[in-house]
Amino acid sequence: MLRNRYTPYAFLSPYIIVFSVFWLVPILFSFAMSFMNTRSRTWQFDFFLNWGRLLEDELLWQALKNTFLIIALQVPAMLMLAVFAAVLLNSKDLNFKGLHRFAIFAPIVVAEAAYAVIFRLLFNDNFGFVNNMLALINIDAIAWTNSSSGATALIAIGLTWRWTGYNAIIILAGLQNIPKDLYEASELEGASPWQQFTKITLPLLKPAILLCLVLSTFGTLQLFTEPTLLTEGGPGGSTTTVAMYMYSQGFKSFNFGYGSAIAYLIVFLGLTLSLLQFKLFGGKPDE
Amino acid sequence: MNNSLTSRAKKLFINALMLVISCMWLIPIWMMMIYATHPDNVIFSGELVFNPGTDFFKNFAILQGKQDFSMAIFNSVIIAGFSTLLGLLVASMAGYALARFAFRGRNSLFALIIFILAVPSAAIVIPEYIIVVKHMGLSNNYAGVILPYLANAVGVFFMRQSFLNLPSETLEAAYLDGASEWKIFYSIALPIVRPALASLGIILFVAHWNDYLWPMLVMTSEQYQTAPIALGRLIGLANIEWGAMMVGASLMTVPFLLLFLILQKQIIAGITSGATK
Repeated sequence: MLRNRYTPYAFLSPYIIVFSVFWLVPILFSFAMSFMNTRSRTWQFDFFLNWGRLLEDELLWQALKNTFLIIALQVPAMLMLAVFAAVLLNSKDLNFKGLHRFAIFAPIVVAEAAYAVIFRLLFNDNFGFVNNMLALINIDAIAWTNSSSGATALIAIGLTWRWTGYNAIIILAGLQNIPKDLYEASELEGASPWQQFTKITLPLLKPAILLCLVLSTFGTLQLFTEPTLLTEGGPGGSTTTVAMYMYSQGFKSFNFGYGSAIAYLIVFLGLTLSLLQFKLFGGKPDE
Repeated sequence: MNNSLTSRAKKLFINALMLVISCMWLIPIWMMMIYATHPDNVIFSGELVFNPGTDFFKNFAILQGKQDFSMAIFNSVIIAGFSTLLGLLVASMAGYALARFAFRGRNSLFALIIFILAVPSAAIVIPEYIIVVKHMGLSNNYAGVILPYLANAVGVFFMRQSFLNLPSETLEAAYLDGASEWKIFYSIALPIVRPALASLGIILFVAHWNDYLWPMLVMTSEQYQTAPIALGRLIGLANIEWGAMMVGASLMTVPFLLLFLILQKQIIAGITSGATK
């Protein structure tokens, strides 16, 4: 049966064109730029200029530290909350499931810019709703935007609000794939609900949780919009992320070469972290 | 007796706990919509407000006076709409070829697409900017924002998975009947994967509607900015008009919340199949 041998390529051609022009070329171009002095009048190869600068740039290290602090604080807390919410949403004892699902999942359609604006208002140091509520239970007003710990916490809270539902959807799908008879059998053997959770649910959810962990770490490593609009990277640069620093190097200082080196650092860190997470938490479930 | 008591207590506990979480999750959305209808002095009270006010149009007028928000919404509709339609076409054509034909280079191409999935988009924003804005001269041009969106590996991956499940006998039969490959794709294969197209379409539309960094770099003039950019520029002003800003946030969010209510199933299917397959 003879088919035109060019047929598959014809179907692929639109994608291959946009892919080459807007992905492949940029990524190679960026790699080349990272080895160039792009601030001289004609760009010149200067092999260690940008990559060498990465090592001794204190502002970059500060940005890396800020980013990893947010990841370390936010990602585990959010994943625990997502597992918790998914288990509750999956419980046969829960009423009004549709309503609760809407409440937890709805933030996934809310734009970063929109929720940043809302959170900036609700967490306003002086007249925000959150500090008002804290005052009701006798907690002093928190300087959400005027202290580095407050600003970091604010970003972590915002990210958790926005992304818990997304992760809960993936975990809920994992939960629904666990065969029900595993629970029935263990119940007959007298297992407590907690034992069921730690011996059946968690081990079988491991692939879903791992996926969420990798996606969340990768996403937060590129965090840009929220700190830009919520805290403007402040106070005193304490919430400036690596992606924001890359942006300011690339588009404020117009140092494309150094910006590209930072971009590659982000890719490198992201891939390394994912591999590490797969190594540490991958493997087969125990059961 | 005792057993039913503990099970009733458990039920109550689960429902109470979930109610607290859901309320906390809904408060930001509720406050956004309700504050959009009140003057700033109500907003400055920082209280949980339940009754809607009457200042929505007043706040909208303030918003429109600071940034041309109607135009921004229009730009967002154009950009998200065309990116989605063209993105679906490009991704389903490529996904179809990868799923249905055996050809030289298929496996390496597919491996490349998987690899691209793992490269963060932030990494290419600088060279992309140089190519699109400096070399192609597409600043303040819809095409400048839309074209790079079309190189979407997730979409190709997603559509390939959907086309793998097609009944190949049906397609072969049509081929033997003399239908062209394009016709088989267009009038047989695509209609079968309509649910997948719907899921991917919604996800692409929302993602492009919400995007911030890329349109901010390309659309530098107020006339061409998208809604998120307009909001971002409002927050940079010395004198923040909170009510107006809540109107802006509501206008760009509420349609999607309604859409989510109606199409929850497709959106969830898109996220889970894109993520778990």
